[in-house]
Amino acid sequence: MNKTGLLGALALCAVSALAQADQGSLRIGIEAAYPPFSYRTPQGELAGFDYDIGNALCAQMQVKCQWVIQEFDGMIPSLKVRKIDAVLSSMSITADRLKSVDFSDKYYHTPGKFAMKAGSQISDPAVDLKGKKLGVQRASTYDRFATEQLQEAGVEVVRYASQNEAFLDLASGRLDATLADIVNTEESFIKTPAGQGFTLVGPDINDPQYFGRGAGIAVRKGDSANLARLNAAIAAIRANGTYQQVQAKYFPFDIYGQ
Amino acid sequence: MMLDYSLIWQNLPLYLDGILLTLKVLLISLACGLALAVPLALMRVSRACLLRYPAWLYTYVIRGTPMLVQLFLIYYGLAQFEAVRGSVLWPYLSSATFCTCLAFAINTSAYSAELLAGSLRATPRGEIEAARAMGMSRLTLYRRILLPSALRRALPQYSNEVLMMLQTTSLASIVTLVDITGAAKTFNARYYLPFEAFITAGLIYLVLTFMLVRLFKLAERRWLAYLAPRKH
Amino acid sequence: MLHGYGSSILDGAWLTLNLALLAMALAISLGLVGAACRLSPVKWLATLGEVYATVVRGIPDLVLILLVFYGGQDLVNRLALALGYEQYIDINPFIAGVCTMGFIFGAYLSETFRGAFMAIPRGQAEAGAAYGMSGLQVFWRISVPQMVRLAIPGFTNNWLVLTKSTALISVIGLQDMMFKAKNAADATHQPFTFFLAVAALYLLMTSLSLLLLRGVEKRYSVGCRTADL
Repeated sequence: MNKTGLLGALALCAVSALAQADQGSLRIGIEAAYPPFSYRTPQGELAGFDYDIGNALCAQMQVKCQWVIQEFDGMIPSLKVRKIDAVLSSMSITADRLKSVDFSDKYYHTPGKFAMKAGSQISDPAVDLKGKKLGVQRASTYDRFATEQLQEAGVEVVRYASQNEAFLDLASGRLDATLADIVNTEESFIKTPAGQGFTLVGPDINDPQYFGRGAGIAVRKGDSANLARLNAAIAAIRANGTYQQVQAKYFPFDIYGQ
Repeated sequence: MMLDYSLIWQNLPLYLDGILLTLKVLLISLACGLALAVPLALMRVSRACLLRYPAWLYTYVIRGTPMLVQLFLIYYGLAQFEAVRGSVLWPYLSSATFCTCLAFAINTSAYSAELLAGSLRATPRGEIEAARAMGMSRLTLYRRILLPSALRRALPQYSNEVLMMLQTTSLASIVTLVDITGAAKTFNARYYLPFEAFITAGLIYLVLTFMLVRLFKLAERRWLAYLAPRKH
Repeated sequence: MLHGYGSSILDGAWLTLNLALLAMALAISLGLVGAACRLSPVKWLATLGEVYATVVRGIPDLVLILLVFYGGQDLVNRLALALGYEQYIDINPFIAGVCTMGFIFGAYLSETFRGAFMAIPRGQAEAGAAYGMSGLQVFWRISVPQMVRLAIPGFTNNWLVLTKSTALISVIGLQDMMFKAKNAADATHQPFTFFLAVAALYLLMTSLSLLLLRGVEKRYSVGCRTADL
């Protein structure tokens, strides 16, 4: 009995040596596979709009940012088990997600758009994509939209762990279309050599029920301390021009929206 | 720890479809793999260097690299090339199910070939001598004596291979297929309940494993009865 | 040729190797405990060992990894709170990966070790008991050294499967070889190149392991007579 108690205590000490929870740091989950919002350079370093905004916010709040790279569909579960304290990874504020987490104010708002082979037209997605294969990222708002609005209408929805995999399959012809953020599609697919011959088609997908009020920073439900300081920091960097500086680095247009 | 199983009940069709897909992929991969493994095993034990070494290289490379890498190479890697996309094979290679079954079949063929080769090498000498004494040609020897005997004796180890293949099918969920693990991932993505999603998937796999173990016990009783220890 | 991603993939390879070695160390310990349990005359220990081996071998690695990743953290949180430890204990993905892989392969190794233990002639343990050695002394001084030689083929197999299974840890965000290769493939739209490179690295690892373990087997079999085929 004594020995097991000692071993248990030792184990707990060893594990707690890894504990890094203190007020001066914030663990932020990021996908790092969603250019130009978050991606990795060939040297393996994090980069992107989300990453730069996050660093700017942490500088404003005077805390240390600790970035944790995760798959997108693991973000909210990780937030719930306290692996991370915030999610800054182009996560849209939707009524559905608000049931599980709290969101800060939005930090950008761009619509979704279909990408298909050049020359295709979409006026009504449910009709024009019937019988075709549509690729989406699992657990994204586009996944939700496609599952509830399009799958019923006969569109075959194929889910991927990352949007990049969907682009690979669109480029090779396995998919007829994908639905994703307009900027992400433009930067990481259409503009690249692999995206030759593909364009953005169809209407802006903006249904507020699915796509909410834009992308925000998710925190645990009831974590009002972090929520307050994040909101204050967002307002501050928009006021003092830091936001505009970061935005100009990536986009020649305004992505904050209304 | 309160687990909310009501949502799982509502989404049972998702898991049931997943079970069907898993079994479909498993059966196709095993059948094709075994069909490929028999000639490969014969090549592995052949006396001709020209047959033995290519077969050895094949099994060495396939058994030496992870299944996930092989799957990605076939699914994403091949699709990268214009030549493949324009070829006559593309209608097949564009299907995720085909690619997955192909990758699994290649993988299991390598392991099964090694298994069978070992079994062939362990054939009791007396059986071969008797066959030769009866004037059987090489072909008849292989067809009627060596292969049936080797296949029977490989049954216990092959049952292990089948069980491992059942677990390997979970990798299909990584390339868009909605098998049991894929159903769990879809469920988790919708409701953010990882415990319920993956414990259910685990239980389903356990049940399938038990069923397969029982099936193989019956098979052994039928085909390996002559090697079983005496009961009386 | 690798578009500048070569060094990052090699970093990933180093991490993969570390992960595999640490996981194997954990697996050996769990395997010995598991085998001892299964062969123990105490009924509940034997059942525990059997449940461990059966359940872990019956569930796919991928499902177990996802369960441990999400569930493990939750359990640690609750345990810490129950013990009155207020601060949050973070388990980083590397530790999670090592524990999961060690836990899974401990089950497989317990089977291998159990088979090896059963192949040692009974007389050895009986002689030990005749000398007045306790059960534990017989285990450590007599059974385990002899078991090593018999377990090496099964151990080699398990080691090879472990090194290849580490590829799955990339799904929980651990930046091993596979994760880095996926990143590179996504960025350059050239999956074939990078996955082929990773396959070659894994092949190198397995080949070197095979050579090493064959050498170990020869050393441990010194003085043993093998059947004349």
